[in-house]
Amino acid sequence: MDLNILWFWIVGFFFIGYFVLDGFDFGVGMALPFLGRDDIDRRVMINTIGPVWDMNETWLIVAGASLFAAFPEWYATLFSGFYLALLLILLALIARGVSFEYRHHRPESRWKKWFDGMIVVGSVVPALLWGVAFANIVQGVALDSGHNYTGTLFDLLNPYALLGGLTTLLLFFTHGVVFISLKTDGDLRLRARKLAVRSGALTIIVAAVFLLWTNLANGQVASWPLAILAAVLLIASFFANLRGRERYAFSLMAGTIAVAVASLFAALFPDVMPASNDVANSLTIANASSTPYTLSVMSWVAVAVLPFVLAYQAYTYWVFRKRITRASMPEDTQPRSDSPSASAPVLGG
Amino acid sequence: MNDILSPLVLSQWQFGLTTIYHFLFIPITIGMATTTAVFQTAWYRTAKVKYLQLTQFFGKIFLINFAMGVVTGIVQEFQFGMNWSTYSRFVGDVFGAPLAMEGLLAFFLEATFIGLWIFGWDKLPKGVHLATIWVTAAGTILSAYFILAANAFMQNPVGFRINEARGRAELTDIWAVLTNKVSLASFPHTITASFMVSAALVICIAAWHLARQQNLDTMRPAIIFAMWTMIGAGILTVLTGDQLGLVMVQTQPMKMAAAEAAYNTVSGSDASFSIFTLGTPDGVNELFSIRIPYLLSFLSTHTLTGTVEGINDLQAQYRTLYGPGNYAPVVWATYWSFRWMIGLGMLSVLLSAVGLWLMRKGRLPKNAWVWRIAVWAFPLPLAAMIVGWIFTEMGRQPWIVFSLLKTSDGVSPNLTGLDVLISIVAFTLIYGILAVVEFRLLKRAAQKGPEGAPLSDASEAPTATVTVY
Ligand code: HDD
Ligand code: HEM
Ligand code: HEM
Repeated sequence: MDLNILWFWIVGFFFIGYFVLDGFDFGVGMALPFLGRDDIDRRVMINTIGPVWDMNETWLIVAGASLFAAFPEWYATLFSGFYLALLLILLALIARGVSFEYRHHRPESRWKKWFDGMIVVGSVVPALLWGVAFANIVQGVALDSGHNYTGTLFDLLNPYALLGGLTTLLLFFTHGVVFISLKTDGDLRLRARKLAVRSGALTIIVAAVFLLWTNLANGQVASWPLAILAAVLLIASFFANLRGRERYAFSLMAGTIAVAVASLFAALFPDVMPASNDVANSLTIANASSTPYTLSVMSWVAVAVLPFVLAYQAYTYWVFRKRITRASMPEDTQPRSDSPSASAPVLGG
Repeated sequence: MNDILSPLVLSQWQFGLTTIYHFLFIPITIGMATTTAVFQTAWYRTAKVKYLQLTQFFGKIFLINFAMGVVTGIVQEFQFGMNWSTYSRFVGDVFGAPLAMEGLLAFFLEATFIGLWIFGWDKLPKGVHLATIWVTAAGTILSAYFILAANAFMQNPVGFRINEARGRAELTDIWAVLTNKVSLASFPHTITASFMVSAALVICIAAWHLARQQNLDTMRPAIIFAMWTMIGAGILTVLTGDQLGLVMVQTQPMKMAAAEAAYNTVSGSDASFSIFTLGTPDGVNELFSIRIPYLLSFLSTHTLTGTVEGINDLQAQYRTLYGPGNYAPVVWATYWSFRWMIGLGMLSVLLSAVGLWLMRKGRLPKNAWVWRIAVWAFPLPLAAMIVGWIFTEMGRQPWIVFSLLKTSDGVSPNLTGLDVLISIVAFTLIYGILAVVEFRLLKRAAQKGPEGAPLSDASEAPTATVTVY
């Protein structure tokens, strides 16, 4: 296999990892107003992703950097072309990231409300815009002969791409809600399960239309079966959830997102950034990639390092495997009195 | 180009501002991760409560800061493609590799183990939990290495060939890129300087409490430890800076000439180093100057008789090599940033030495001014680092990759001035707001002091502590 084909799929792997993992972080963030009846509920929800959201987000950094290293032309065209869309994603990720850490530093409810709002917006915007961006990549955009994007932000907001955005938004939402039912207990868990059924049904319809549209317009031999598999997994997840099988429901949801993103990459192959105006301007895995030497260096690094990364990340999920309950939240996040309390110190709490 | 809506000029401002902003948090992260790990190790070894209190107290400060380092870092990663796409196409084959390695080897490590450390207090065995903070600290240092290797390629390109047909630089030797002499010198210099910054932070916070005669049992050891760190790291920073200077003269003589505003080639006693100069801003006319003879020659070559090439001669050389154009950076900026870097850093070391003397043999100064200075000295080493970077990056101009690509040729061609104006305003706003929030939180956490009753140094260690958001 050519190294640039290998790296097309390694980049795909990092994006799949990012969407599967940060996807449920976005879902939990978006679900705050739907499931959080009071501050304790919201804290429980945020704490389900507390230990892992940063490493999940790092998948994006690694995906971006490996795109830069393996396909510099793709990286350059995509990031300069989708400038304002990426700006919005960046602002959202900044708002979300600091809010997780900052919301618990003061007890006032106004302070917390403000950061809760930033978490919601910071989750909705990327969940929507990543779908818009990837739909546009698959569909193709206008490129000049130097591979520079010649359209505007508004050209990116076409019906097909917006449908793609809605699809990722709903997929991540359901994914996150299922995750909450898997990681919490009591009333919150039951409510999450119910909400997941309702949003799951809606997700099935929207995702089916999007995958069908994608494959009718840009289908490849490999993308059809993958899209069908994604649809099957999504429906299976719906039924698992209906029967209260949270573990299955969550795994199937993760599988759905992984396979759906894989089907987008399959639909793209062997282009990486098709030009909608003139195929001669398209970026392909051949003309966008780095040299074989660079790719082989990077392959060795990936082969040597990835097993450890996957192992210690899996270990982290294992350490934090327990469900989180309202009872496990300490009374008050911030001891109000200034006199030191007699209890053991509570860090960050 | 002086057009204020030029995508080039705006992109330069945006990149400079966002990078400086990112870098406000990075030295604190690097230094505080290690500091926290040291305190936790002391607790692990001695089981003394005061060390646990110090770990958790400075750990909290570290985390408030860490969040900002992470979110501003993503912006940096994206900006190469967003604003500098031609540059990215040109260097991606070489430059992308260290960035990807940074992500795979360092950021994954950091981001995962920090989660284990924050939330793992009651879930991991004590020894494993201690290991997680050390791994996090190692991750921050490793990430600095790779980013500096990437930056070093821009200062001194090595391990590549130019592919004329593709119009790009291609990697031929990854080992040469990772052991670039510029990165081998700038890495230890940056790391030791980071320890100066975290030491200044610990001194500042501890002094605030000591001035109020509170938390003596924790803050006294903390400030002594930090002042020794400042002196040790300060000496190392000077020594490594000296090495970096030698390398810089070999790789970018123009930068050294600009650092001294030396227009004419000089040698021996004429190669003097001015500590202070009053003159026209571009340094062409000198009104008043304090000079140390031979020092410039010594800094540049480690001999007293060395020759230091001047801006005018270099300019002529570069014209024949690279064609017509101006190859000198903005001289007043390099001249002053170089001096401020050294001066502010030395001042911090000096203050720590005085502080140690004042606190010798268990003394606690009563004079409020002593503490005020200790608190307000915090920004000195951080400012030294920032101006050091401004020197490094502005001194490289007009090149974005030295001798290969000019900054003006690196910018994304399809950006409009409006695009960049929107983004620069958006970043300025959100960064500005967050700076205020961050500063207030830090201040609040710092002034609250360590939690937990100042138990007598009983060896029974507090058991499980839980952490949640
Ligand atoms: C506390 C901070 C601090 C202090 C006290 C010093 N430096 Fe420094 N210096 C830095 C922080 C720094 C830095 C911000 O970390 C830089 C920017 C780029 C780099 O690698 O380190 C830097 C860059 C830098 C460069 C430019 C390298 C290049 O452009 O290739 C030189 C020549 C020196 N330093 C030399 C010195 C000398 C001779 C010092 C003392 C006598 C000194 N520095 C003190
Ligand atoms: C953290 C420390 C750093 C600071 C404070 C800093 C600061 C700056 C500043 C002020 C400029 C603008 C110079 C000018 O336009 O005259 C600049 C330019 C640049 N720097 Fe850095 N820099 C840092 C590290 C890095 C690193 C590590 C890299 C790459 C890996 C990098 C890449 C660039 C690039 C590509 C430019 C060109 C764009 C421009 O001219 O504005 N910088 N930097
Ligand atoms: C302009 C070039 C730079 C880029 C592209 C860049 C990129 C990044 C990114 C993507 C992150 C987030 C990592 C995470 O999520 O954990 C980050 C954080 C970090 N960066 Fe930078 N950075 C730059 C400049 C620098 C410099 C000059 C240094 C050090 C000398 C540095 C050291 C670090 C460290 C130690 C962290 C992790 C600590 C933290 O998140 O607070 N960076 N950087």
